[in-house]
Amino acid sequence: MLLAGVTFLPALGALALLLFVHGDDKQAQRNSRIMTLWTSTITFLVSLVLWTRFDSQVIGFQMVTELPWLEDLGISFRLGVDGISVLFVLLSTMLMPLCILASWQSITRSVKHYMIAFLVLETLMIGTFCALDLVVFYIFFEGVLIPMFLIIGIWGSGEERIYAAFKFFLFTLLGSILLLVAVIYIVVSVGTADIRTLFHTDIPRAAQMWLWLAMFASFAVKMPMWPVHTWLPDAHVQAPTAGSVILAGVLLKMGGYGFLRLSLPILPDASAFFAPMVLTLSVIAIIYASLVALVQQDMKKLIAYSSIAHMGLVTAGIFSFTVDGVQGAILLMVSHGFTSAALFLCVGVLYDRTHTRAIERFGGVVKAMPIFALCFMIFTMASIGLPGTSGFVGEFLALVGLFQVNIPVAIIATFGAVLGAAYMLVLYRNVMYGKPSELALTLRDLVNREIVIFLPLIVLIMWLGLYPAPFFDKIGNSAYNLVYLFENR
Amino acid sequence: MEIAVVFLPLAAAILAGGLVRSPVAAMVITCGAVTLAAVLSLPLLAQAIAGRAETVTLFEWMPAHSTSITWALRIDTLSAVMISVVTSVSAAVHIYAVGYMSHDHHRARFFAYLSLFTFAMLALVTADNLVQMFFGWEGVGLASYLLIGFWFHKDSANSASIKAFLVNRVGDIGFALGIFAAIAWFGSASFDQLFADPQALATQRVPFLGADIHALSVVCFLLFIGAMGKSAQIGLHTWLPDAMEGPTPVSALIHAATMVTAGVFMLARLSPLLEHTPELRTVIVLVGVATCFIAATIGMTQFDIKRVVAYSTMSQLGYMVFAAGLGAYPVAIFHLMTHAFFKALLFLGAGSVIHALSDEQDMRNMGGLAKTIPITYTVMWIGTLALAGIGIPGLIGFAGFYSKDLILEVAGTHHTWVGTIAFIIGLIVALLTALYSTRLMMLTFHGPARADEAILARAHESPPIMLAPLIFLAVGSVLVGVIAVSAFAGDDRTAFWGASIALNETIGNAHHAPLWMKIAPVAMGLIGILAGWLVYGRAPNLAANIATRTRVIYQLFFRKWYFDEIYEHMFVRPAWSIGQIFWQTGDRTIIDGAGPHGLAALTKWGAARLVKIQTGYIYHYAFAMLIGLVLLLFVLWGGW
Repeated sequence: MLLAGVTFLPALGALALLLFVHGDDKQAQRNSRIMTLWTSTITFLVSLVLWTRFDSQVIGFQMVTELPWLEDLGISFRLGVDGISVLFVLLSTMLMPLCILASWQSITRSVKHYMIAFLVLETLMIGTFCALDLVVFYIFFEGVLIPMFLIIGIWGSGEERIYAAFKFFLFTLLGSILLLVAVIYIVVSVGTADIRTLFHTDIPRAAQMWLWLAMFASFAVKMPMWPVHTWLPDAHVQAPTAGSVILAGVLLKMGGYGFLRLSLPILPDASAFFAPMVLTLSVIAIIYASLVALVQQDMKKLIAYSSIAHMGLVTAGIFSFTVDGVQGAILLMVSHGFTSAALFLCVGVLYDRTHTRAIERFGGVVKAMPIFALCFMIFTMASIGLPGTSGFVGEFLALVGLFQVNIPVAIIATFGAVLGAAYMLVLYRNVMYGKPSELALTLRDLVNREIVIFLPLIVLIMWLGLYPAPFFDKIGNSAYNLVYLFENR
Repeated sequence: MEIAVVFLPLAAAILAGGLVRSPVAAMVITCGAVTLAAVLSLPLLAQAIAGRAETVTLFEWMPAHSTSITWALRIDTLSAVMISVVTSVSAAVHIYAVGYMSHDHHRARFFAYLSLFTFAMLALVTADNLVQMFFGWEGVGLASYLLIGFWFHKDSANSASIKAFLVNRVGDIGFALGIFAAIAWFGSASFDQLFADPQALATQRVPFLGADIHALSVVCFLLFIGAMGKSAQIGLHTWLPDAMEGPTPVSALIHAATMVTAGVFMLARLSPLLEHTPELRTVIVLVGVATCFIAATIGMTQFDIKRVVAYSTMSQLGYMVFAAGLGAYPVAIFHLMTHAFFKALLFLGAGSVIHALSDEQDMRNMGGLAKTIPITYTVMWIGTLALAGIGIPGLIGFAGFYSKDLILEVAGTHHTWVGTIAFIIGLIVALLTALYSTRLMMLTFHGPARADEAILARAHESPPIMLAPLIFLAVGSVLVGVIAVSAFAGDDRTAFWGASIALNETIGNAHHAPLWMKIAPVAMGLIGILAGWLVYGRAPNLAANIATRTRVIYQLFFRKWYFDEIYEHMFVRPAWSIGQIFWQTGDRTIIDGAGPHGLAALTKWGAARLVKIQTGYIYHYAFAMLIGLVLLLFVLWGGW
């Protein structure tokens, strides 16, 4: 019941907003913001209970909720978590209040609908990570597309937001249709949509290949992997700050989660068969996206390309099929959830003040905003993967795992660390250092609301960087079990 | 105790960096904390020498599946020596900086960075596994980056700081891959486990790209690439001269005395493994020798006082590296320690000169300062003589005399071809070292004054708070060699080092070097000084004449063997152009063109065609229906 509670609390909040808040005047806007902040905060607190109740010794899923739905087809409403999903649930619930705070002043029209979109989005995200039924998973997974499409298209900040929203929609839809075909095929041929049963069902090798490719189309777009990544920079640039935060912080992880939850355990033969291809695409993504990030002039685009590079290492870690690699990929996703969210929030801070994201307009910002400079530096270092920050732990483990199975790929992937440092440090230099531009001198340092947003992210980045043992404890058994299942089929 | 020594500087850095408002409080806190750490390091050293090495485990860091990484402080003689050197030089530099940075508005931040650096360096030397060492390694890199770019309004400083970080990152990739390889092949990154049975590791061979390679050599080679980056060995050295953009106390502490020696420390730490990789050690020697020589040639031609000292540092690091490569690890650490004192002294002295001349760094605008700043002048000569390795063999000498002579004797008695090369080049570089150091002294302090009248009128000796650290380091530059030689590399070495470093016959052999071998290095030093005095002190036009006569070689040296230009054209510019190509052509034209835009265009095109079918004429539709009906009937009856 706890799980269903966490999943649907935000939706209930959205319903309340819909019923009780009317109009779009100052008072209504205020009420929507406060109600949403409360809803998301309570959801987060409830998810903390989930975190503490979670027993990391249990192998398999726990807190399973099952409601009958389409019994004849083997489809039921099944929710449950293991160590992997519980981490992503927490990531989602933790980021959401920060997003609401970040939108506090920058969103000024149709606030009520904006908040509803975010709350619905939260339910869909949590549902994706908790779903234990293939069809339920599909519904949540693809449902996310709708509120995100609206957030970019309606509350986006750029001229081309409609173009970006449609591009996002087109790419994702392409994958989603193929995923639907795969889901239908599996449910019909196996007779159940229960993911736990599917873990132990042998699907013929030939069928696995087609199913794997169909799923891959969907997850690769979501990651996004090269070469289906071009929607992401546009979506980020046009999305409002909070939209970017959720997009980079949570939505990109859904692809990786899909690989871990479905592709590897259900289609092990095909996963092994296609692993060389995935590793190749991954290292291409790392090098290609890093080089493209080097030449970007728009801060958000630069960070978007850096996300693509980071996700390349995630897919490489997953398809190393080692416990280290899988754990590393999971921790890297969590860490990227913190750092990319933080970096987009940093861009948001500058954008709110100046209404531009063009790097060349800035310079010398450190003079007027020393506290911001410190925060930005910490996030930059975490993104670079400096040891002691969260970025290092995941990267390190993913590469340790990768090195055990494919040394050349590990070497190329490690070289991404130099390029990663290059584009982030050049970004930091051009924005923060140098002679202060006229624009930079007028800026005001962080206000309390913004410090409240940044502080938890800094704490989490340092915690995961210096003492990640609690995170290891949560994912350890699940990652081990995943690889064990994969190897012993 | 160990915890206090390591974490006091961190606490001070946090306090000074964010929590206290006044710069004075920040300075008091950081100077106090680091000085206290220096004092507390002495009992640690005594304890380690007494044979009570210990490892204090703090807590688990990464309980990974294949190996578990912990946070721990490993205190043995090797790390205790490093702790003492780091904290004492750091304390001297902290105190000096109080005077040097007194006019800077951001000094609280400066001191926070300095203390942060000290913490990272201590974390590096006390690591009990490769991963924690990597933490300290990149931590000092971060501090170095922040301090080089401390004057953030200077574009040159910003570029230099990024260059330092990136070149070091290239080395760090080697380090990281070495760690991955150690974990994959040996199952551990912890020193205790790796050193438990190096013999067994040395027998292990692994397949790589069809070849069968010696695992231990590959691991150590990868780690050595990291050492090359940090210790500015040839190829990965280009960042060090540029790092001089940072404030001078930073150059003294980080880019001379401590951080750049981390690579040498790593070689000493890994000495139990390196003992089993003779081929790799040959490579290490050659890298060290090349660095030693090339840096010295460049150092002879530079005019920026700090860059001369920087190239001198690089050259001396070459000595240390080839000493370690020859197997004389304790001698490398010995030179590391003596060098820390006299090179910090030379840098802080150079800083005192720069301070006196209102931030002038070009030696062509100096000269004749001996009378104006006599104390600085005196300590600089002490540093120069220590660097040149002047002393009386068998009797007494400056600090550098003991360590450098020993390195050359090790090379001379090594009886291998690399040993011979190292000995010959080492001797030549000993001459060059004395020559460029004397050149620096002559151009700066002797001859006619070339500075502006106005600047000269304001020139003044530094305040006592800057002179006190100079005198402390000068005393160290005189005494530290004679005090430590017996323990570090003499008869007491076995008792002194314990199990913390690999000891072999190289040092014993060196002690039996023939007399000429002991005298030769000093003789080279004296010749170098004499030559420097003749060329730069007596005959002012001679240097320029030589430069024109040997134009090609001079240009090669002056332009730093063109490393920067080559790297710029090979790596930096291509990276940017490829990035542009990938973005404009790859993403926009090809992927978007074939993907969403192509699809959209195709849909539009297809729709335009389909629209034409819907003509609106009834008979067209009726005709289509008729064809459909016929086909349908055909299918049904035909039994298809």
